[in-house]
Amino acid sequence: MPAKTKVAIIGTGNIGADLLVKIRRSSFLECSLFAGRNLDSPGMRFAASIGSRISDRSINAIIEDPSCCEIVFDATSAGIHMEHAPILKDLGKYTIDLTPSKIGCMCIPVINAEVCLNERNVNLVTCGGQATVPLAYAISMIHPEVEYIEVVASISSRSAGPGTRANIDEFTQTTKDALQYFTGVPKAKTIIILNPAEPPILMRNTIYAVIPKPDIESLRLAVRQMEMRIQHYVPGYRVIMDPIFENGRVTTMVQVTGLGDYLPPYSGNLDIITCAAVHIAEMFARKKEGINNG
Amino acid sequence: MDKLRFFDATLRDGSHANAHQISTDCISNYCRAIDDAGLYAVIVGHGNGLGASSLQVGLSLHTEEEMLSSAKPQLKKTRLGVFLIPGFGTIHDHIEPAIAQGVQLVKVGCHCTEADVTKQHIEYVRAHDVEAYGVLMMSHMADPERLLLEAKKMESYGAIGVILMDSAGAMLPSQVTDRINRIVSECKIHIGFHGHNNMSLAMANTLAAINAGATIVDGTLHGFGAGAGNCQLEVLCGILQKMNVETGLDFYRLLDVCDSIVVPYLQKKPVEITSLSLVGGISGVFSGFTEHIKKAALRFNVDPRDIFVELGKRKVVGGQEDMIVDVAMNLAQRARKDDISFLMESLL
Repeated sequence: MPAKTKVAIIGTGNIGADLLVKIRRSSFLECSLFAGRNLDSPGMRFAASIGSRISDRSINAIIEDPSCCEIVFDATSAGIHMEHAPILKDLGKYTIDLTPSKIGCMCIPVINAEVCLNERNVNLVTCGGQATVPLAYAISMIHPEVEYIEVVASISSRSAGPGTRANIDEFTQTTKDALQYFTGVPKAKTIIILNPAEPPILMRNTIYAVIPKPDIESLRLAVRQMEMRIQHYVPGYRVIMDPIFENGRVTTMVQVTGLGDYLPPYSGNLDIITCAAVHIAEMFARKKEGINNG
Repeated sequence: MDKLRFFDATLRDGSHANAHQISTDCISNYCRAIDDAGLYAVIVGHGNGLGASSLQVGLSLHTEEEMLSSAKPQLKKTRLGVFLIPGFGTIHDHIEPAIAQGVQLVKVGCHCTEADVTKQHIEYVRAHDVEAYGVLMMSHMADPERLLLEAKKMESYGAIGVILMDSAGAMLPSQVTDRINRIVSECKIHIGFHGHNNMSLAMANTLAAINAGATIVDGTLHGFGAGAGNCQLEVLCGILQKMNVETGLDFYRLLDVCDSIVVPYLQKKPVEITSLSLVGGISGVFSGFTEHIKKAALRFNVDPRDIFVELGKRKVVGGQEDMIVDVAMNLAQRARKDDISFLMESLL
């Protein structure tokens, strides 16, 4: 078995901490640095408690010790990633950006993983994008004439940390941009809802598509196939309403239950993006070692 | 008492009542007629604000650009305002173009416990020298302390006022008094109230808010708005006159606009307290859901009142129209299961 590929995580919020737990389980990756700015943040204390190497020097910790990792996960915020991106590029790190900065190549693993492995900075869009773009893509494959796609992502308030909230505008815009980029649909829209209900709701996403004469049976199959492919890396991804046709629109719904790694299972919105990030990083590591990714 | 600022949401909240089909002619005629009635601002656009024209909530008849350009030239004395809920509209796609079209006031709204999502937008609006107000929606769902905390956040982002929306028409006057009192006691900015009439309390609640120190009154002419409608501005104007409160409003002008535009042209059917909107108010479900619930009830053959009650239990917030179909489907399945178990039991 080849040595594990070393990775660093910058950003110690909910996403960074959830990534850390998943990477510790990986057969291909090893987290050699968990860096942020505040040694007292809940994520940082959590990382320290499970024995990870931590630093409050954020990206400087990597600048000072560039050999500590090959892959960097940036789980800070869109604005901060703008500053990090050129630095990481100069350091030659394979960068997986989990903020909605959209600097690098937009990546939805189930659609364009291979392309992303040849890039140096990949952007994981948003949790809403990871959950809905694959289904929108599946729909657009059956019905390339689709005129309009709209997605609604509802997530529990508790699972949306300060970073997500501060970036809600980029979050909305980037998800919409990804929908158009991956499906080629001329017009798209994204709606993000934070729901404070207690107990917290599971992440739920609705996809609407305006298709004059939909082939519902083919759509149902395509959506279910896509569900299965995503379940390979996001086990809690579940279609809860097969495509139905009403009022001139096709509607389908998907729910994401988390693995309960850092936050409880209601935080499927963490898992959908952290699982995608780990999946891409593992593919990168395997490719480097010459292991077939098939 | 500080001078009251009257925000007119007729063309915005009323958009819900017309399934977002208000014509640009109506917008332009309304704005021309209301301009010198003494209102502080007229809010124009989709019921859920900029960027909300969608399959989820309902598509607008006209684009935002068309609506705003019909309103803007008609408003010389009254500010042109828009509403935006982060997560629906974005700065780039919606606020930027609206400001470029001459919007002078932006209300940034969010569910009442989530004020931090309004920071980017309020700051952006303020940085462009446009008046920014925060709106805490569904404010019956949080207690006075929590609302104070959220209002304080909006104040710190630069909002010059914060408006509590009783989006579900679910509050009692005493609850309004407690909430406004608490916020007014610690915030320096203007505090306002936007009531809905599901329990016939929009007026009583607005008066309670004014008594407790609210200086922004947000209502609609003829109560034209989502669900059971809003606090009826011309009635409020009459009442305040009777109470000898200075409003700066032209009472007859408001009545004229009601009679000549709102009733004959805007309103497709009377806005009233139907049994359903009452159940909505009691359940604490967002008024804008009513039409969607009626449709889902028909489609799945379930009692719309049950949908309201179930949505209330699930604490659904504004924007979650997709939950309606889900709840209706579940109720229908449950009903079928009940039928089957009844059949089974009767066989035993």
